[in-house]
This record gives sequence, C-alpha cells and structure tokens, in this order.
Amino acid sequence: MNRIIDFLLGRDQRSAQLAKERMKLVLIHDRTDISPGEMEQLKDELIEVISRHVAIEPQDVRIEMAQDGRQQRLIADIPLRSVRQRRVR
Amino acid sequence: MAGKVITVTSGKGGVGKTTATANLGVALASEGEKVVCVDADIGLRNLDVVLGLENRIVYDLVDVVEGRCRLRQAMIRDKRLPELFLIPAAQTRDKSAVSPSDMVRLCDELRIDYDWILIDSPAGIERGFRNAIAPADIIMVVTNPEVSAVRDADRIIGLIEAEEKGPARLVINRIKSEMVRRGEMLSADDVLELLAVELIGLIPEDENVITSTNRGAPVALNGKSKAGQAFRNIARRLHGEKVPFLELEDQGGLLGRLARIIRPRGGG
Repeated sequence: MNRIIDFLLGRDQRSAQLAKERMKLVLIHDRTDISPGEMEQLKDELIEVISRHVAIEPQDVRIEMAQDGRQQRLIADIPLRSVRQRRVR
Repeated sequence: MAGKVITVTSGKGGVGKTTATANLGVALASEGEKVVCVDADIGLRNLDVVLGLENRIVYDLVDVVEGRCRLRQAMIRDKRLPELFLIPAAQTRDKSAVSPSDMVRLCDELRIDYDWILIDSPAGIERGFRNAIAPADIIMVVTNPEVSAVRDADRIIGLIEAEEKGPARLVINRIKSEMVRRGEMLSADDVLELLAVELIGLIPEDENVITSTNRGAPVALNGKSKAGQAFRNIARRLHGEKVPFLELEDQGGLLGRLARIIRPRGGG
C-alpha cells in the first residue's frame, strides 16, 4: 500500500530504473577511460582554443559523453556570445 | 568437417559460465552433434562436477599440452550422450601452464572431428581469459541482471572487440521475471540497451539448475525445466534457427505492459 501511495505521489524510483541510470554513467566512463576531472580539463582547454577565434559564453559550455550503440560520442554544446553583447564589450 | 569453437566467458565470476557451457554442450549433443567441452579454468576445475564426470578423470588439459598423453586419452565420453566429451582442467596447476597458441593448436586438432568445441573460460581478464578466447570463432558473454555483472560484461565485450573477436553474443542468466515485473531487477531490455550487443540467450532463474547440478546431470537433459528449455533454445539459435525469446514476452505480458503505461519512465 505504501508503494502505491509513493507511486501516486511520484516519490518512488524503482531500484531497476536507478540501477540502469547509474550503469549508463559508469559504462561511459569505463569505456572512454576519461575521468570527470579530465573532462573538466578538456572543457577548459576547448573554451580557451575556441575563444581565440570566436566569442563564446564560457559558463554555458556543456560537454558530455553520449552512448551510440557500443560507440561513445563526445558532444560539446558551445553557445556563442550574441552580437549585441560583443559590441557592448 | 570444420567444427566451430565457442568460448563462454563473463568477466565476473559466479554468473553461470560453467552451467552455460555444460548445458549448451548437452543441448548440442542431444541434437546429435559431436561436442567437446574444454575446461580452461586451470586450478579451479568445475565443469567436470557440473557434467557429473568427475570420477572418470585420468588426464587433463595440461597433460595434453605438455605431451604426457594423447588428446584422445584426456577426452572423457559422457555415458548419457555418446557424442559429448569433456577435456577437464588441471586442478593442481595454474593458468600459465597453457598459452593462447597451445589452445589454438588443441582446437585446430579437435575441429577436424567435432562439430562444436565449447571452452569454459575462467573469470577475469588475465592469462586464462586470453587462453580461452584465442581459438574462438564465437564468444558468448554470460551476465546476470545485476550491476557488477553488467559492468564486468561491458569490460569483457570491449576487450573482445579490441581483439577483433567480436561481435560478442550475450546470455543473460538468472532472470527473475517476477522481480523484473515489479521494477526491482534490470530487465533483459535494460541490459541489452546498456551493453548494446547481440542477444543469444535468456535464462530464467530456475531451482532445477541447482538440483540438477547436485546430481551432476545438467538441466538441459530434462525436457521440462524452463532453464533447460532456454539452453536448448541457444543451441537452436547457433544453428541459425530463429527462436523467439519467450522470457522477454513473459516479462512484457499484460501486467507488465499495463504497469509500464501507468508508471512514468523516469520515476520520482
């Protein structure tokens, strides 16, 4: 009965779901052998290189590893600074 | 005749490699195929007891490799299935007694006269694993729907790909469909999505596996048990037959499907 109440209130997360989400992250790091620390460093260096050519929003840069079958993909989302902001600066 | 070599491996220990090897051997041999099971887990011999052949060992794999006996002398014929043989592991030696090229040479000799050579790999990713996969045409990775087994399976699958021995075929063993239905065990779909590899077998948790192992009579000899049926299905798939994965459908039955519709995917 408790479980039904939890479920109705959206409080419950089944252990299998949790296991799957945890494993997704673990496997990505196991497969690529890149630690979260190295990812941060990679991100900082990317920001530095790209900033030399184009103005970007460094605080909004997102870099993540995604799974595509047994292949891993490095996905970088790098927002450019808007033209108006650039002029103000 | 050129037999095929199937290596059964897992990364993590205790997930059911030996059980899978023994039952696959029994399943293939009961279809009239000529099968040799090789226990490559040197120092931790077990395939002999699971097959119920432990009292008949005279020579072992290391004796063959080191030339103390001929290949035929180390092969124990199963009395229930005259086309099924076992080459036991040595119990008092370690993995370094055999090399990958020894295994390739042994299997090349066996391929001439047998349809299937099944190699029971030791757990781990060291020498014993390298020995076991060296001669393989097909590698089966056994896992359980449980985080540590899945993680180790992923590691092994990566190593198999790196050795260009892939694609690995996955066997998910010990699935408790009732727990899957409650959302408290990873489903076969979950495991497949995580590992992104081809499935060849789904084995339900079945007490008959334990009782049959107690007797030294693999469950695939018993026509009625669910696990035995699941192992026989793997044998049929190895022959290229399209056999549906019954357990998957079972988990996705009316109740399971209803639960999935009602329950939001992301949870709380």
